[in-house]
Amino acid sequence: MEKDIIRVRNLTKKFGDFVANDQLTFEVKQGEIFGFLGANGAGKTTAIRMLCGLSKPTSGEMEVAGFDAYTQTELIKKNIGYMSQKFSLYDDLTIWENIRFFGGIYGLSRSAIRDRSKEMLTRLGIVNLSNRLIRDIPPGWKQKIAFSVAILHKPQIVFLDEPTGGVDPVTRRQFWDLIYEAIDQGITVFVTTHYMDEAEYCHRLSMMVNGRIVALDSPEALKQRFGSSSMNDVFVQLARSGEKSS
Amino acid sequence: MKRLLAFIRKEFLHIFRDPRTMIILFGMPVAQLLIFGFVISNEIRDAKIAILDKSNDQQSREIVHRLLSSGYFRVGAELETEASIEACFKANQANLVVVFEPDFGRKLERNHRASMQLIADASDPNMAEMLSNYVQGIVFEYVNDLNRTSESPTFIQASYRMLFNPALKGVYMFVPGTMALILMLISAMMTSITIAREKEMGTMEVLLVSPLNPFQILIGKLTPYFFLSLINASLILLMAYFVFGLPILGSSLLLVLVSMLFILMALSLGVLISTVAKNQEVAMFISMFALLLPTLLLSGFIFPIENMPKILQYLSIFMPPKYFIIILKNLMIKGIGMSYIWKEVVILGLFLLVFMLISIRKFKIRLE
Repeated sequence: MEKDIIRVRNLTKKFGDFVANDQLTFEVKQGEIFGFLGANGAGKTTAIRMLCGLSKPTSGEMEVAGFDAYTQTELIKKNIGYMSQKFSLYDDLTIWENIRFFGGIYGLSRSAIRDRSKEMLTRLGIVNLSNRLIRDIPPGWKQKIAFSVAILHKPQIVFLDEPTGGVDPVTRRQFWDLIYEAIDQGITVFVTTHYMDEAEYCHRLSMMVNGRIVALDSPEALKQRFGSSSMNDVFVQLARSGEKSS
Repeated sequence: MKRLLAFIRKEFLHIFRDPRTMIILFGMPVAQLLIFGFVISNEIRDAKIAILDKSNDQQSREIVHRLLSSGYFRVGAELETEASIEACFKANQANLVVVFEPDFGRKLERNHRASMQLIADASDPNMAEMLSNYVQGIVFEYVNDLNRTSESPTFIQASYRMLFNPALKGVYMFVPGTMALILMLISAMMTSITIAREKEMGTMEVLLVSPLNPFQILIGKLTPYFFLSLINASLILLMAYFVFGLPILGSSLLLVLVSMLFILMALSLGVLISTVAKNQEVAMFISMFALLLPTLLLSGFIFPIENMPKILQYLSIFMPPKYFIIILKNLMIKGIGMSYIWKEVVILGLFLLVFMLISIRKFKIRLE
């Protein structure tokens, strides 16, 4: 039995009268790819921001990497990585300078930064580009580099907030190869997306509609339950029923 | 600490890699100082004056000679009658007319007292005042020379009191003001822009998710600008000293310490602005309007605070540069020490404290 790396109970976030997240309850198991699926405005980003410590919950319990999200935020931060839909590397720095900076703020030693960046650049096949400014790198590559930098400090979990926004399907596929490599290293991946092809890649999925989790299972089980062949279909059915009930 | 150093190194890279930042940081102060400096000192070279010498004796000719050899004036017209004065101004032949009363020299010798009249074209009041100050300075010098050789004191009636070195009056006025303006703008504007930039690019989130705490992020952001502003302050002072000959009569150490205080205050103001501004443009806009104009207009840099309407005078109480300018003038030009400026130093310290507290609070609130 794998242990839970994220445990959330009745997590609620309100902005004034608006309930962005309503009583979320779920677990993420160590080593899995956990997908957070939902339309824009369904509350995915709000949830991921709370899990990362960027935003405080209104109520509910939350445990990340074995630490309490209210009292042990500093310990959580050391054990997670984060990449947002907005691009998260510095445009005016070179690849190497970005790596050195992020390694530095995560407290990696100089030699560790050097070894890991060499390993990473070799794996991506861009050793010769390490002194190129990020702004001169094609967009598809930027995302891959940003992801590799986000897991440079070998976090237990990496949070990806719509990491492949605005990227073509081929590059998206390549990006997911990197995510599988991260899983092989024992890193848990928590990803939000609204691309249905990406949903298929996840081990387990939670579907969000209007701030609530309306379904949580593996893609196969969900398809079976709703008697449809594609995730897209499942999603549309769920979104409709969610809107009716609310 | 190591994390912080990594952060500071990154900030320096941002600065050195952006030509615009570098120009604003180092080009602007030099350009501003030179413009202010030379515009003001050029105005006074070769100003046109007219002479109406009703006595035309040795003494009056000596004064005219001294005026012309000072390098500030040249003769635009020689006048014969009072009536021609107005015509002379209208024809723009002179900005200032110097009138000697009849028997000027005789009265000086006999009564040790004579009068002359300075009539200035006051359509440009600054210029008029400056010119008459210059003339009076030269006359004052002449009287001093006379008094050195005679027992009973000679007196030429002049309505203004004179400074010892009229040529530098402009520099005296603008160096403290320029310094306050530049430090304020650079420190506050640059920090607010660089923080707003991280927000805009989405990298701020990445920083906040990292083990760096908000306080470290602020320190990391501010450290490079603190040092660069300090370099800037030294640059301005060195230029003032070597190019414009402005003395630094007071303690240099105190000057540096006070400048540090002012820079810190401006930096924390920049943080405050960045907590309000959503992107770089807004940050820049707020900095320009909230800092540039008040610093120029309400700090006593250009317009004397005593002459302002009461409301503006009260408003100027909340202008930190005002206090810095007072301190600078006292320290550099008057050469007086801490016992005279402690009040202003305390006020700047209070500004710093208030801005710091608010911005740290707001910076944290933003994370909710």
